[in-house]
Amino acid sequence: MSSTTYRTCPRSGLQFEANAEKLMLANAVAAVVFLLIGGILAVGVVLTRWPAIHWLEADTFYKVLTAHGIDMLIFWIIFFEIAVLYFCSSTLLRCRLATPKIAWLAFALMVIGAIVNNVAVYQGSSSVMMTSYVPMMAAPSFYAGLILFAVGALIGCFVFLGTLVVAKRDKTYQGSVPLVTFGAVTACIIAVFTIASGAIILIPTFLMSVGLVEKVDPLVYRTIWWAFGHSSQQINVAAHISIWYAVAAIAFGAKPMSERVSRGAFLLYILFLQLASAHHLLADPGLSTGWKVVNTSYFMYFAVLASMIHGLTIPGAMEVAQRAKGFNKGLFEWLRKAPWGNPVFSGVFISIIGFGFLGGISGVMMGTEQLNMIIHNTIYVPGHFHATVVVGTTLSFMALTYFLIPVLFKREMIAPGLAKLQPYLFGLSMYFFCLVMMGAGTLGVSRRHWDMAFQGAALAYPWPGAAYLMMGLVGIAGIAAITGGAIYIYVTVGSLLWGKKLEAGATSANFTPIPRSAPTVVAQSYGSAGFAAPGTFMLAMVFLVAFILYYFINWKYLSQVWGLS
Amino acid sequence: MSAILPPSERLWWKHPLDRVEGTWIAIALAWCLTMFFMMVGWHIYGKQNLSTETYKTTPEKFSAKAQAMVDKYTVRTETADKIPVVAPPAGSDVYIVARLWNFWPILELEKDKTYRLHLTAMDYNHGFSLQPANINIQVVPGYEHVVTVTPNQSGTYSVVCNEYCGIGHHTMVGRVYVK
Repeated sequence: MSSTTYRTCPRSGLQFEANAEKLMLANAVAAVVFLLIGGILAVGVVLTRWPAIHWLEADTFYKVLTAHGIDMLIFWIIFFEIAVLYFCSSTLLRCRLATPKIAWLAFALMVIGAIVNNVAVYQGSSSVMMTSYVPMMAAPSFYAGLILFAVGALIGCFVFLGTLVVAKRDKTYQGSVPLVTFGAVTACIIAVFTIASGAIILIPTFLMSVGLVEKVDPLVYRTIWWAFGHSSQQINVAAHISIWYAVAAIAFGAKPMSERVSRGAFLLYILFLQLASAHHLLADPGLSTGWKVVNTSYFMYFAVLASMIHGLTIPGAMEVAQRAKGFNKGLFEWLRKAPWGNPVFSGVFISIIGFGFLGGISGVMMGTEQLNMIIHNTIYVPGHFHATVVVGTTLSFMALTYFLIPVLFKREMIAPGLAKLQPYLFGLSMYFFCLVMMGAGTLGVSRRHWDMAFQGAALAYPWPGAAYLMMGLVGIAGIAAITGGAIYIYVTVGSLLWGKKLEAGATSANFTPIPRSAPTVVAQSYGSAGFAAPGTFMLAMVFLVAFILYYFINWKYLSQVWGLS
Repeated sequence: MSAILPPSERLWWKHPLDRVEGTWIAIALAWCLTMFFMMVGWHIYGKQNLSTETYKTTPEKFSAKAQAMVDKYTVRTETADKIPVVAPPAGSDVYIVARLWNFWPILELEKDKTYRLHLTAMDYNHGFSLQPANINIQVVPGYEHVVTVTPNQSGTYSVVCNEYCGIGHHTMVGRVYVK
């Protein structure tokens, strides 16, 4: 047995192993650094796409947009996810982290890769966007950086899996792993698939950039790259949904309505979520209709089904817990009396609603084979993925950070008033940002486009005034959201640097196994009509109606365009 | 705090479902299957389905075919660059070349007539974004995509490139007339 210590946090009762704690801290800090960089870059993107300001020159804009995409979608999120994986294994299972030295090697590779990739982009010869579609080539170091980062992340995944083995062998728990850890396993499995796909396509592209491979086929590149590019966002989905379950447990003491349903839904993710990379290829030549339909629908929307299940069971678990505490009046007292002033809860709740209503519904629209034709590569697409990745993942990570500041960082949060406000400012302005982007996209405005006025084009297309208005609103909402992001960074970094040090709690050379909790009665009879969570069911029905209406509105819109066959 | 603790019942998979969950799963599954069959059904009954007819091609081969069409059916030229405006007969094969940074040539089509539109990119990926109809198709180098189109309204349409293709991306706009 290696020598390590275990600290029991006096505020949460969680047990942190010394190596795991340091690694979580390092990965979380690296994540926040990349969020900061990505956030600064966002200013450039937003102020250039705001037509009235149109700030940066074209070359700078594309450089900034490339770096913004990669820093946010890859580096910020995956660094944080590695911290979450270590938390869900070592901390929740109360065991030591497997192979801490290798975990540090993984961290080092990720840091080096991220820096190398960023430098390549800022040098200017790699403004190829995050997708880097061949035959447009970036500098070799652009690909090399991504590959190093991916190798590091892959090692991190295996450290997580190794830690599960350690916990099992040391018998730190009995029975099955907690639901949140199960969700993290889902994220990890998806991550291994994702990173392998990335390697399969980025390694030959790297070799092409140094002249060792003559040609990578553009369509093959797109097909495999998206198995990496889209799947990496599926890691996020599995990770942030695990965090939602964790926060429901932390903020309310909620237990899952049914382990069977929630775990079954994660299993559907493992089986079907990956197929969704086909979403990006629906407007492509060369792929058959059958391939497109089967894949884009996650076989038969089984992964959408899983998300709809999580969307019900998480608020449902909160409702059941609140009703048990006596907030039992009417459909929504449980929600009105929720801790809205606690950013850990408010962040997660704003995230759940936004992810479902904005990200989920718009995602299904884009992923419908025919509807994709009226959306592909318009600014509707970033509208969608800001709702999933920013409102869904980033806001959940922010909420979790507010929980971790006293628990993991052992600091008192500075500026609690600002922190209280932050999820609302960031989340709600992001809602609006996504909505107006989708609005502009419905009018056809292109994504990744420097100038909607087509300066210098012989046959410029005059976008309707409404499109300009929408893009102006995108600018305003974007600046509001960036302000919200800045507050998060200020509170997090400030607490880490200047927050009052809190007591670490008792340390011990041995872990304390998780005691077996007494089986509880299943019956959940607090609600009306035999429904344990009637309020949540009501919300779910509102969601369903919105979903159905918007779905058929889009078909109506499609039916009016040119005949295509 | 049981989502972050091991389930208290060892046989958690034998737990009964709450009625809220059971009902919702049934409704959600029905909706998911509806969406799936909507997509399949539109292939049978709908009029907007993207063709999958694709051929491997090279810039030389494709340019030659586009040039032949331009030589045969050009009716006038437009702009200082003298971009040919081509009016091919209804039902024929028509070509648009996507390259850094223009779409070439300009097509003049007839309303409610059907054409076989051939698309490819000469260099990088490009995006065929027909405005204001808002039809968007990826244009991939090396692949000739044949899309059967039937314009349903007359007017001037623009083809905006909506796949990032370098510094001049924003100047890449073409045109299609429908009479």
